[in-house]
Amino acid sequence: MATIMVKDLVKHYDNVVAVNGLNFSVESGSITALLGGNGAGKTTTIAMLLGLVLPTSGDVHIFGTDMIRNRYDVLHRMNFQSPYINIPMRLTVRQNLQTFANLYGVRDINTRIEELSREFRLSEFIERPAGQLSAGQKTRASLAKALINAPELLLLDEPTASLDPDTADWVRTKLEDYRRAHGATILLASHNMAEVERLADRVLMMNRGEVVEDGTPAALMNRYARSNLEDVFLDIVRGRRQGATPEAVA
Amino acid sequence: MFSQIAIDEKGARASRRRVSTMVRRYAILVLGSAPRMLELAYWPLVQMLMWGFLQTHLAGSTSLFANAAGLLIGSVLLWDVLVRGQLGFSLSFLEELWSRNLGNILMSPLRPAEYVGSLMVISLIRLLIGVLPAIFLAYIFFGFNLFSLGLPIAAFFANLVFFAWAIGLTANGLVVRYGLGAESVVWLAIFSILPFSCVYYPLSTLPAWLQPISAALPSTHVFEGLRALMLDETFEPILMVKAFALNVIYFSGAYLIFRHFLKVARIKGTLMQLGE
Repeated sequence: MATIMVKDLVKHYDNVVAVNGLNFSVESGSITALLGGNGAGKTTTIAMLLGLVLPTSGDVHIFGTDMIRNRYDVLHRMNFQSPYINIPMRLTVRQNLQTFANLYGVRDINTRIEELSREFRLSEFIERPAGQLSAGQKTRASLAKALINAPELLLLDEPTASLDPDTADWVRTKLEDYRRAHGATILLASHNMAEVERLADRVLMMNRGEVVEDGTPAALMNRYARSNLEDVFLDIVRGRRQGATPEAVA
Repeated sequence: MFSQIAIDEKGARASRRRVSTMVRRYAILVLGSAPRMLELAYWPLVQMLMWGFLQTHLAGSTSLFANAAGLLIGSVLLWDVLVRGQLGFSLSFLEELWSRNLGNILMSPLRPAEYVGSLMVISLIRLLIGVLPAIFLAYIFFGFNLFSLGLPIAAFFANLVFFAWAIGLTANGLVVRYGLGAESVVWLAIFSILPFSCVYYPLSTLPAWLQPISAALPSTHVFEGLRALMLDETFEPILMVKAFALNVIYFSGAYLIFRHFLKVARIKGTLMQLGE
């Protein structure tokens, strides 16, 4: 069963085409990566899934609900994390989690915060204002916020951007654990190839607002005769044909 | 597989919970910081003292002020209700932009109307923190008790707060649409109506062509009402009815403007980028 259904999705910003006729669905319980360079349309696509950006045309259905018209019916079942959106700086981590727990209608807030505090090792800074946290601590806190309602659908925009390799690896492990424990659907936008290779069951490769490739990481590497996704990515953005060597194109 | 940690709760109870959550979130910021509380009360106090001493001076030389002790102080206190009401409404909203949190708020189950409701409540809290000390000290320093004006003061207060929310909501809409580049609107919007609200002088003082514009502001009717009460000792309900009717129009218009700008921001894709 598909958690996300996107049909003929188009987004124009004045004369700029950000997303150009996207069609895809995301199966429940899967981790799907939107992979692409800067300006490929990944963040705009996620913003449209969340209802923060209105499409120029096309449909987005999440859990079978039309997100353009009825998004409040399902927002409590999803959540989002991005290093580009902060949690309030002057509130402590606990106050932040309490705020979002209440907004999302979490039943037993204290128990949920304790669970997340254990899971994400928040106890050392949970009473500290979010503005005083290090980058790694901030990521842990905002991931805890994103999981406060145990979302069935978790949307992530470059979840490990600007993190050191150790913290980034830790975040990826937590995401894998969360998917395994809850059977959640995860859609992440990234241009970190190693991250996508490790996490994703499926990759939607985007270029200039379109999905130009769709498959498992292994299938894509096989299709382009490459040993890693980074080379596949370079082939696609530089317009090389499937299976062609860079030398042949040059 | 899912343990239903979040509930699919609809209706008034869920709405109340979300509104009170946002109010608590803003109240923590204000009540948890002594400098912020001081900042809220500081300017109304300075204003009240300045106008209070001027009133004392004028009372010795002008029969108008001798006959209506406290008129200037009453005017400045009510003007501060309008200013603090609007700033309390808009600054809480700006907090979300300054902390780059607006995206988190707008993708949560919190509805726009609930969000506006929470801004109204926190604006009242901030207003009381700002103005109550000035009201109290006006009595201590100048023997002027605003509450001695009786029930009409509640009508003045309600109308001014209502108008403050309408201005605040419009200013917030502009910030949603144009980003923090429009932040100065939040700080300056209220002062643009000061000359036309007839805070310290009667409506008849204005040139004839300006009077209809002034009469279209709810605040003008409140200050006219205050003067009638203090100078003639008569309460004129018709002025309050006019102010209230205008407020209904302005607030409805402001809400539509806010919703329109929110929609435009969703079309333009600026909500994710709003912030410092």
